[in-house]
Amino acid sequence: MKFGVVTFPGSNCDQDMIYVLETMLGQEVVNLWHKDTDLQGTDFIVLPGGFSYGDYLRSGAIAKYSPIMEKVIEHANSGGFVLGVCNGFQILCESGLLPGALLHNNNQKFICKNVFLKPESKTANLTKGLNHDKAYKIPIAHGEGRYFADKNTLETLASNDQILFRYCDENNLVNEDSNPNGSVENIAGICNEAKNVFGMMPHPERAADPELSNTDGKALFESVLGLVGA
Amino acid sequence: MLKKSNAFRSPQKGFNYLCARISRSNRIDSIRKMEVTKKQELATLEQAQELGLLPEEFDQIKEILGRTPNFTEMSIFSVMWSEHCSYKNSIKWLKTLPKDGPHMLVEAGEENAGLVDIGGGLACCFKIESHNHPSALEPYQGAATGVGGINRDIFTMGARPIAQLNSLRFGDPSLPKTKWLVKGVVKGIGDYGNSFGVPIVGGEVFFDESYNTNPLVNAFSAGIMDASKMMSATASGPGNPVYIVGSSTGKDGIHGAAFASKDITEDSVNDLPSVQVGDPFQEKLLLEATLELAETDAVVGMQDMGAAGITCSTSEMSAAGGVGMIIDLDKVPTRQENMKDWEILLSESQERMLVVVEKGAEAVVEAIFEKWDLNCEEIGVVTDTGILEFWMHGEICATLPAEPLVLGGGAPVYEREYSEPAYYSEFKKFDISTVEQPSDLKEVAEFMLSHPNIASKKWVSEQYDSMVGTANMSTNAPSDAGLVNIKGTNKALAMTVDCNSRYVHADPEKGTSIAVAESARNIVCSGGIPSAITNCLNFGNPYNPESYWHFVGAIKGMSAACIKFSTPVTGGNVSFYNQSVTDEGEEPVLPTPTIGMLGVVENKDQTMSMNFKCKGDLIFLIGKAVEDIGSSEYLYSYHGVKGSSAPYFDLEEEFAMQEAVKGLIQNKLINAAHDCADGGLFVTLFEMGLQENLGFDVITDSEIREDAYLFGEAQGRVLVTLDENTEEEFIDYMIECGTPFTLLGHVTRGKMVVDEKHFGFVEEVRSGYDNKIAELMN
Repeated sequence: MKFGVVTFPGSNCDQDMIYVLETMLGQEVVNLWHKDTDLQGTDFIVLPGGFSYGDYLRSGAIAKYSPIMEKVIEHANSGGFVLGVCNGFQILCESGLLPGALLHNNNQKFICKNVFLKPESKTANLTKGLNHDKAYKIPIAHGEGRYFADKNTLETLASNDQILFRYCDENNLVNEDSNPNGSVENIAGICNEAKNVFGMMPHPERAADPELSNTDGKALFESVLGLVGA
Repeated sequence: MLKKSNAFRSPQKGFNYLCARISRSNRIDSIRKMEVTKKQELATLEQAQELGLLPEEFDQIKEILGRTPNFTEMSIFSVMWSEHCSYKNSIKWLKTLPKDGPHMLVEAGEENAGLVDIGGGLACCFKIESHNHPSALEPYQGAATGVGGINRDIFTMGARPIAQLNSLRFGDPSLPKTKWLVKGVVKGIGDYGNSFGVPIVGGEVFFDESYNTNPLVNAFSAGIMDASKMMSATASGPGNPVYIVGSSTGKDGIHGAAFASKDITEDSVNDLPSVQVGDPFQEKLLLEATLELAETDAVVGMQDMGAAGITCSTSEMSAAGGVGMIIDLDKVPTRQENMKDWEILLSESQERMLVVVEKGAEAVVEAIFEKWDLNCEEIGVVTDTGILEFWMHGEICATLPAEPLVLGGGAPVYEREYSEPAYYSEFKKFDISTVEQPSDLKEVAEFMLSHPNIASKKWVSEQYDSMVGTANMSTNAPSDAGLVNIKGTNKALAMTVDCNSRYVHADPEKGTSIAVAESARNIVCSGGIPSAITNCLNFGNPYNPESYWHFVGAIKGMSAACIKFSTPVTGGNVSFYNQSVTDEGEEPVLPTPTIGMLGVVENKDQTMSMNFKCKGDLIFLIGKAVEDIGSSEYLYSYHGVKGSSAPYFDLEEEFAMQEAVKGLIQNKLINAAHDCADGGLFVTLFEMGLQENLGFDVITDSEIREDAYLFGEAQGRVLVTLDENTEEEFIDYMIECGTPFTLLGHVTRGKMVVDEKHFGFVEEVRSGYDNKIAELMN
């Protein structure tokens, strides 16, 4: 698998993502620039976290008009894999590649801390290799991470097994106390109907280096790569 | 009459670099003879005083120029000679601080920030700076631009910032104004730093009524770089082009440097335009473009525009290189139309840099800034004259020599008077026997844990991105200092900011030595070796002899401790005039010399965390137990005794104790270490248990009052834990190194027990501790 990590001018998690994919998982990675119009033969595009174009308007609202996004949207629509983390998830929702929207956290503050995630989808590549009885400790860091979608969308997401993660506590229980930002139904990440476009607010790349004493996030990438048993 | 070439006269042609060839002596002559045009009226003494200059300084300016300055020139002098830029009231004492060290690559004052060799060809540059006065008026932008400014100081040298810390001080947290300040400052730091993308790995927050009007916002940043690729803040090479890059210049922050050198009064709100506005996205672009630039050979010198904008950067870079510059202000990209020359010169618009480019390499520089969609305008040229010449609309608007403007050049240097305040000897007389020991120490413990100065600061820290960059090693393994991984090496950096201003108030010399010692203790407890410090010296009015006495004592105490710990001072800043002026007079904040310390962990295997690991592990006190409650939070807040002596501290004992802890870590004899600081031993034990909800069962010393033993803040103490299987080896080691140590007890599953008395379960008590600040702020 050849990964392409997109750098928007205000991306600040692009190098973290590249580091994890290259150093922790031994993958080939191409760093794509927002002004590029060529995905350089990459199979799996990652839109990393950050503040794409400053995000003074609304997170991800401007990024969808960037030259590279035209190609990313084409790639996704023809079945290519795309993962958006944090700002990347916001961009995917703004671009219409994923349903729903990410609103300001319900406490109106930026929140950065470790949270726990319960994997849900058993069919999406990002989660199918995970242990569904385990609470994965993965950090969040966002001001606009409250996932919202209307009732019909939520029903569709559930019935198609498109919900990747829900926020839970360390005992894998999904409840109000374990919801850090007010996301509807504790949703932390989703995928599209075809299950080739993934979006999540938590940062798996921040939990993949043993030197940081937490490698729970590495399992997500291993799931994508089919390195863990499905 | 100034000899003008034709090019000078022709606005169409603009401005011509031929003038670079005019000799230095002719230039000086030309300054003297410069005719002030009708538009440029002569400055008056009243204007000078309004801009903060003293009458004698105005005379000195006239002497330097050989004539009366025009308004623009006087404005330039007023900002360059303000306390903020010139350090005129502090430099004499700052020069006495130890600057040399085996690992220093760049000493204090030589560049924007000090540079420390961390081995393997890598260098770390780090610095702390205040943004107190802007934050007092407009907390959000004031704090945000403080973060922006300190990071620019780091990356302008070619280093990538990898970690930030901050030290914040506010007034009484129950006051509505304090809440407004706290919320604004924290959001300002968060919004700027989160977008910029550098993690905040530590810091401190402290509340005391002395900061009611004037909070302290001290921001620290550290970056790493290839030691051979440092970009210098020096201009050289007559004929080399001068560029302004980054944001456009607007009317924000004009006279900000002069403003930062004034008292905060009721009228300060009228200074609101003196507060700058930050744009972290621009800063991020500027960072990436600058670091790309550092990889080329195109740059001669570079300096960020902080205080006094174009004025300060052109004069400092010129003076550093012994050169001059001719600058055409018409070429500066501006945000507003019709800006006046002095507005462009003094604007403190953020996210801008001055770059001197190697002639012929212009295209390289322009291409990089084009890539990042940033302004990159050639605005002038380096000359060999030593003179700064600013042009606008085809005529000279200011011409003045660079050297007399700057610190270390001709800027004034004052010796200020100081005198010991009467309270000092009174505080020293404090006698513990005048304080009655409370009957219920469990109740005291609960009071302490939910006191805002002791309680968890996570309401603050969770608003900051602490993990971006995937290098913060303390997220999952909490440690006394922030530990930052240097990927691809076996090393890590340890960083901390510390100062207990009540100790400094009680005894400036001892209190500041303690601040250095505590920083070192935090580094050592995390597995690092203290390497160097930066300081942020927050004091009252330097013309007040008692405030100046605090400052002088702090410098002496800092020097003594820095020499002992071999941690030279790499730089920092001085912020005077931190006080409120009321009808009753001046009320300075507590003297607050914040220390930012850098340490190096040579081997990542030897980092140390502070949390209890396992039920049954033994808890030892390393260092001497002393019956002392001087200046403790316990004495101050529980008993309401506001005046007392500084806590027990002995520099030699402290150093020996830290050496012992270093050895314990290196020999892998302990599994946790946490320094005993604010709140005393009980708070230290509680904090060690928090991560895993583990408790402790300890016995105090019958020779010492129990309240002093639990809540006193005598220095030179660290708590460690170990598996009982290593006890014998541990004791052998400790006996050999000769540092006092005491077995306190053991780690429990969650119950806190002191002298067989139950103090509650960690899990139960923690909610008061965890939520106190949130409750106060909501």
